[in-house]
Amino acid sequence: MELRGITKRFPGVVANHDIAITVRRGTVHALVGENGAGKSTLMKILYGMQKPDEGTIAVDGEQVTFHNPGDAIRRGIGMVHQHFMLADNLTVLENVVLGSEKLYGIGDRARAKIREISDAYGLNIRPDVLVEDLGVADRQRVEILKVLYRGARTLILDEPTAVLVPQEVEALFDNLRELKAEGLTVIFISHKLGEVLSVADEITVIRRGTTVGTADPASTTPKQLAELMVGTELPSPETRESTVTDVPMLRVEDLSLSATDPDGVVRAVLAGITLTIHKGEVLGIAGVEGNGQSELVDAIMGMRRPDSGVITLDGADISHVPTRKRRESGMGVIPEDRHRHGLLLEAPLWENRILGHVTERPNSKGAILDLKAARADTERIVREYDVRTPGIDVTAASLSGGNQQKLIVGREMSHDPKLLIAAHPTRGVDVGAQAQIWDQIREARREGLAVLLISADLDELIGLSDTLRVMYRGRLVADADPATITPEELGSAMTGAATGHLEHHDDSSAPEDEAR
Amino acid sequence: MKKIDKERLLLGIAAPLLAVVAAFLVTALVLVATGKEPFSAFGIMFDYGIKSDSQVYIINKATTYYLAGLAVAIGFRMNLFNIGVDGQYRLAAFFAAALGGALTLPGFLQIPLIILTAMIVGAMWAGIAGVLKVTRGVSEVVATIMLNMIATAIIGYLLQPGRLGHLDEAGTKVSTTPLPESSRFFDFPTQPDQIWGFLVIAVIAGVAYWFVLSRTRFGFDLRTVGQSGSAAEASGVDVKKMVVTSMLISGATAGLIGMPTLLNDSYEYSGDFPTGIGFTGIAIALLGRNHPVGIALGALLWGFLERGTGKLEFEGYDKEIVGVIQGVIVLCVVIAYEVVRRYGLKRQQRKVGEKLAAQARTNDTQEVSA
Repeated sequence: MELRGITKRFPGVVANHDIAITVRRGTVHALVGENGAGKSTLMKILYGMQKPDEGTIAVDGEQVTFHNPGDAIRRGIGMVHQHFMLADNLTVLENVVLGSEKLYGIGDRARAKIREISDAYGLNIRPDVLVEDLGVADRQRVEILKVLYRGARTLILDEPTAVLVPQEVEALFDNLRELKAEGLTVIFISHKLGEVLSVADEITVIRRGTTVGTADPASTTPKQLAELMVGTELPSPETRESTVTDVPMLRVEDLSLSATDPDGVVRAVLAGITLTIHKGEVLGIAGVEGNGQSELVDAIMGMRRPDSGVITLDGADISHVPTRKRRESGMGVIPEDRHRHGLLLEAPLWENRILGHVTERPNSKGAILDLKAARADTERIVREYDVRTPGIDVTAASLSGGNQQKLIVGREMSHDPKLLIAAHPTRGVDVGAQAQIWDQIREARREGLAVLLISADLDELIGLSDTLRVMYRGRLVADADPATITPEELGSAMTGAATGHLEHHDDSSAPEDEAR
Repeated sequence: MKKIDKERLLLGIAAPLLAVVAAFLVTALVLVATGKEPFSAFGIMFDYGIKSDSQVYIINKATTYYLAGLAVAIGFRMNLFNIGVDGQYRLAAFFAAALGGALTLPGFLQIPLIILTAMIVGAMWAGIAGVLKVTRGVSEVVATIMLNMIATAIIGYLLQPGRLGHLDEAGTKVSTTPLPESSRFFDFPTQPDQIWGFLVIAVIAGVAYWFVLSRTRFGFDLRTVGQSGSAAEASGVDVKKMVVTSMLISGATAGLIGMPTLLNDSYEYSGDFPTGIGFTGIAIALLGRNHPVGIALGALLWGFLERGTGKLEFEGYDKEIVGVIQGVIVLCVVIAYEVVRRYGLKRQQRKVGEKLAAQARTNDTQEVSA
């Protein structure tokens, strides 16, 4: 497959320009670049979801034009999306045949075909299980099978490892190698360099919408690759000196919460959570998403009423205090889903600066809003937190994700929080903004802020946290010392395979271990 | 950023203008289809609509419509669809009229008392829908429609001789006991007809609406809920309480709708008390983009259309044409707003992108030259 001179313009931005990539048959070709570099747009073009403004695509030497994903599929190009597109209440078989009933019917013939594909590539898929009963890794394999079932010879995987724990990533890579061995082509999009180096045969780096170079994984170090990717050295999330004090800031004792799922079954989503965060401490919670992290945040913020348990902030019992009071008493929140919980997308930036702190200065005096002061303070946040915007009257929706996040961080930091709840603070944020956000968290921690950090990025967790806890099925099942733990060890606890205090067992121990 | 502001204003005006123009075009087509000449019809409407007695009529009508528009707009800003404004104002006006007829206090006491009664009744009636929504999850749309029906039935039951009704001397009409002379609201002594003094209250309500929504904490919370319930909750707004509160305020405002008619015109509630104004209010709030000035313009336009088409009847046109124009305006407004909103948002995103790209470029060159 060959792409030449692909250019795609969106309103205001050129997402891709002059992209040139050659993918050889039977290889795993990685496409790397930081968030917002234009990888996803390129893949959408390849898969027929977007049309390029300029440039050509050739498959097996023949020039093609894709008008829709159907055209791409007919050319043997299939896509596995980052967000799965499966119907939970249908079986694997039903999900696979959905929309392609004509290929092998919907009955035994289809089932046999699924088994055949599954066996051929070691996907290990049972066709009659309900998708809702499957874990994330299994669902991903179903997605892959879906694409193969439709006759794809080239698979595009968009950030396939983002949702997986390290062990699952290894399994996925084994699957990819199988596919390659059978002569299929895999295009693998990622920004995780270690993974890319371990699985890819060839690497193309994209920066600011264009291809800046190719790399041979055998002779490239992660550092070189990173420099290619960002143009400068990659920032690291490591915190240097410890600032942990012994003054508890947030105490959560025996917190339990149950919720009714859509089927009417009452399930415990949080069970017996007990944790303490001290002033100047960052407590990181590791866990596969959906194991109760969001519910924990909601309960601490007061958006959900726990069944039992006591929450204490800076010595005051806030278990039954409404959300607004909790926020006024010094709780800053960087929400997991900033569009749903952190911003009013169609409101101007200065109104977004008021959001969540409407009762506090400078936003209001008594019951009356102080628009002048709020606007002036928005200007300050834009300046100090480097929010890239032409002004404070534009809507939040017109900013990029990184700048939206910087605005949120700036807003939350502007009210002298005692506790900062940071849920995936750098998700969907470009590398530059990521480094800034990390710096700000570190800075605030030095000044005695307590931080509850929830992240899916294990490097971020290990790098920023002073203490690590692992959450699994609504419980804190394990704890670990971020100074010694590896992402792999953390990963096994995230799947529930390890509990208790995680010790680092590695014979080829790093020097820092010996020092302990 | 001043430029974008000007643009926003332009875009804001573009949508209703587009809608009104489109509505007249569609109406012209309808008139042509029924074999009538459209442009002379518009000519008649316009000529008649700007006569001085028409102006007074329009302003008086608009006073009522403006209050209706405000009542609905309060709900809209919260993302609540208060269809029950209709039942709320009728029930409110009825009880206010009944109370006013039964008392003979001095005017400075009785008039505020009547108005207050109307507001409280309206608020209570709307509050039922609010409470049902937050406690039982009943859609406010369904609840308020039902409450409209119930209001009609209650008024029908009570407005009978021997209950709260009163048969007039001619024995032809049942109404509440007429208000005493002292309870009549003042009029502006304009010629040839008087402009209702309740206009003043409507203007005050408009100013209060603007101030509360855009300048107070409460208004900010209310708008936040309207824009994003999840963000509002995370920001610490008690969304349930806000739903009930805003329904109460919307209902209280709805209670005012019947007051210009009651205190400046009819002085009693009878079977011919104007109905359906709550629904007119929905159209006007839509047309006015929930903006206090926009709603005023919408209310005036509505009054003008009714006045103008009233004349058409005498010129051999069907008076139903006003319904066609109004209906088409509402449809066009909804479509035009959505189109303009999306266009505006896209345009802004593009502008921001361009501007930042330009900034980045100048920074780059500066670095190079440095």
